[in-house]
Amino acid sequence: MTLQLLLFLVLALVAIASALGMLISRNAIYSALFLVLNFATVAVFFLLLNAPFLAVAQVSVYTGAIMVLFLFVIMLLGAERAGSIQAIQWQQPLAITLAIVLLLEAGFILLGQRGVIPLVTTQLPQGFGSPAQVGTNLFSSYLLPFEVTSVLLLVAMIGAIVLTKGEKK
Amino acid sequence: MLPVYYYLGLAIILFTIGALGVLIRRNAIVIFMSVELMLNAANLVFVAYARYWQSMNGQIIVFFIMTVAAAEVAIGLALIVTIFRTKASIDVDQISTLKG
Repeated sequence: MTLQLLLFLVLALVAIASALGMLISRNAIYSALFLVLNFATVAVFFLLLNAPFLAVAQVSVYTGAIMVLFLFVIMLLGAERAGSIQAIQWQQPLAITLAIVLLLEAGFILLGQRGVIPLVTTQLPQGFGSPAQVGTNLFSSYLLPFEVTSVLLLVAMIGAIVLTKGEKK
Repeated sequence: MLPVYYYLGLAIILFTIGALGVLIRRNAIVIFMSVELMLNAANLVFVAYARYWQSMNGQIIVFFIMTVAAAEVAIGLALIVTIFRTKASIDVDQISTLKG
């Protein structure tokens, strides 16, 4: 338990620091790389929470596919340093104030609920979160959403091709 | 397992940073990355509660969120590339007209 707590605290620190790094860095490439680090730490959190399949999917889909796509587009457009000048002066302080208000509000609710949520003591069933169990669930109770997802991916693929095809001369 | 509100607190912080990124950054790609960060924070809550209730439903929903995020990124980046072609900029302050 204490080892798990230590691991959680260190990883939470890394996750928050990398998220802030993404927010602050002026260069979009650095932002993307900080986000990769953040996604990797979240994958470790998934492992801590007995979701090994999702942890691997997180690494391969998010840090693999999605972030490579981001880096590819940033380098393709040469847009590393775009948008550093603020056009509206009062927007940034207002946004930071609102974010702090949101954080305090959520933190207040969370601290208020602390005693309400009981701790988990029971043992997990065998093979919880394993690829076999994810697959069984996907192909039994979630069969229709799973098939709809394939249509969604097809639409996304066609949409991306149509959008970037360019005008006919 | 650690108490579930540890994970809730972390997810709240990550979500707030993502929302702040959407509000204060002007680069459209960085705004997109902040949206991904918020989705990831929501995923973390789903997985934490799936573990807490010992139910696979939360994990399956995270699987679907990942798929939708992948589709969203493909379309969004295609839009950004198209906007860059016509405007030669991805600064969201410059994209203020509806007509390309």
